[in-house]
Amino acid sequence: MASVSVNVDGLANSEDWEGRYFHVDQILDRPGPRTDPSFLAGDKVKDFLRNKCKILVIGAGGLGCEILANLALTGFKDIHVIDMDTIDISNLNRQFLFRPADVGKPKAIVAAEYVMKRVRGVKVTPYFGKIQDKDVDYYMQFNLVICGLDSVEARRWINATLVNLVDTENPESLKPLIDGGTEGFKGQARVVLPTITSCYECSLDMLNKPTAFPICTIANTPRLPEHCIEWASVLEWPRIHGEKKLDTDDPEHITWLYAAAAARAKEFNIEGVTYSLTHGVVKSIIPAIASTNAIIAASCCNEAFKIATSSAAYLNNYFMLIGTEGIYSYTFEHEKRKDCPVCGGELLEISISHETTVEQLIEMLTERQTIQIKKPSLTTSTKHIYLQGPPQLEQATRPNLEKKVSELVEEGDPVNVTASTLPFTLELVIKYT
Amino acid sequence: MLKILSMKKNEDAAAKKKPKTSAAQIRVQKDLTELDLPPTMKTHFPDATNLLNFTLTITPDEGMYQGGAFNFSFNINSNYPHEPPKVKCLQTIYHPNVDLEGNVCLNILREDWKPVLNLNSVMVGLQYLFLEPNADDPLNKEAAEELRKNREQFLYNVKSSMRGANIKGVHYDKVLEH
Repeated sequence: MASVSVNVDGLANSEDWEGRYFHVDQILDRPGPRTDPSFLAGDKVKDFLRNKCKILVIGAGGLGCEILANLALTGFKDIHVIDMDTIDISNLNRQFLFRPADVGKPKAIVAAEYVMKRVRGVKVTPYFGKIQDKDVDYYMQFNLVICGLDSVEARRWINATLVNLVDTENPESLKPLIDGGTEGFKGQARVVLPTITSCYECSLDMLNKPTAFPICTIANTPRLPEHCIEWASVLEWPRIHGEKKLDTDDPEHITWLYAAAAARAKEFNIEGVTYSLTHGVVKSIIPAIASTNAIIAASCCNEAFKIATSSAAYLNNYFMLIGTEGIYSYTFEHEKRKDCPVCGGELLEISISHETTVEQLIEMLTERQTIQIKKPSLTTSTKHIYLQGPPQLEQATRPNLEKKVSELVEEGDPVNVTASTLPFTLELVIKYT
Repeated sequence: MLKILSMKKNEDAAAKKKPKTSAAQIRVQKDLTELDLPPTMKTHFPDATNLLNFTLTITPDEGMYQGGAFNFSFNINSNYPHEPPKVKCLQTIYHPNVDLEGNVCLNILREDWKPVLNLNSVMVGLQYLFLEPNADDPLNKEAAEELRKNREQFLYNVKSSMRGANIKGVHYDKVLEH
């Protein structure tokens, strides 16, 4: 007799139904040849995964749905999810946590409810809004962050936030970031250990250049339907609507662009301008492929599981998948960039007296043999201390030269130093003696 | 979750505190403070605390646009330098590569922009347009055609447009320096 009763719908009504962890426990109950020395096989690691580990999923779209389902089924029980979007009918072919009746509702909330309904004992806490709404304390509460995002901007933001969160005095402040991304048949999964391994910003130059057409071509000699659409959005929209911003999420705006682009296409005998192409071009949409999402999400969750449990070596640090012609994948270590504006740069602690003036500080910097700096410009996040140029700004900040640094900069307030001799940025942390 | 959290802070790179200035801001600070402009170009900051929005005045000292003062607005967003700065001409000028709304046809402002370029390259590129207007990439078709077909007439149109004149039904702003 099984000790767990089974409901008519086939789901166990106890939280951890019999056999739930049978397969996962094969990995967690004993160390293997590739497990980390710190791996605590058995109850300890299971307790961490199932009762203590708090994981944040950013994005509840194509990747996010897969990630949420995978995590819940692997045994993560405290999952948070953020997404600022609502469900569109075109999402339903691959975002399997949503149903036609959900169209228009927030993705994060619907996804969280669905996962909790299907996988007993998992708590999914949704937030319908932007990642930028949340502060440092919010991100501090998680052990791990997984991203399934579609925008470079959001990735850069979360990457910079997690890098800046790192406080060497507090190991808990280092939050591994697992970033998944797909574009048609291509995808990538990577593990970022903020400040330790290469970060998202380090690899920005690997991004494909967005296709931009020369403005004179779109203005004069359009040959492609895309040229007509770009003409409508780049030149015609601002000409007709002035300051009014184009909202690519507003169907009325897209309809207007479509009409303008279609008229222009007719004038130049160009075929192929459609509403969906217009929408696609202005939002730079690349068709999403469900199977690419499934592979990348699986890879991300596999990494999350390995990092959370130390049960196997984690990805170091970049996995790319190219499914355009057959299946090809390549894993390599992307190196940290020394001059990365987020995780690179150098940090210099400097002790000065309360009486030291800005001019004296600049002199101290230029005399330092170790940094070889010439004509440094200094700012904090809120004000300019001294700028070497252009002339107007140099004049505006010149009076600061005679002021005491302590009047302008609070202790511990980072000061950004740039100079032509520095290929990277230097951050000063000032201590007053 | 264990190994990474106890990772030692042995690396210099890990010894990093909290910068709050955005990467775009720092890059713009670097670009601007290292501008190396000829006397024919001057920047103006309406708000000296805001580095992301400013104007550039170009006063060419040779070529057919000599004697004019041309103003461009620069708007830089938080994705700089991965996106180029947005540059517009603030006056209505008679130029084959600038349209009547102030859009500028300069390859490095769009299709050929790369993050290794900087504000200095954009400014030098803009000035070049006044020295060598390019009839092959027209935004103002009338002007481009004139330049191609009848250089004398084009030169005359440039001069009169700079004094503020109507050419083929379009009024151009007076842009003379003095």
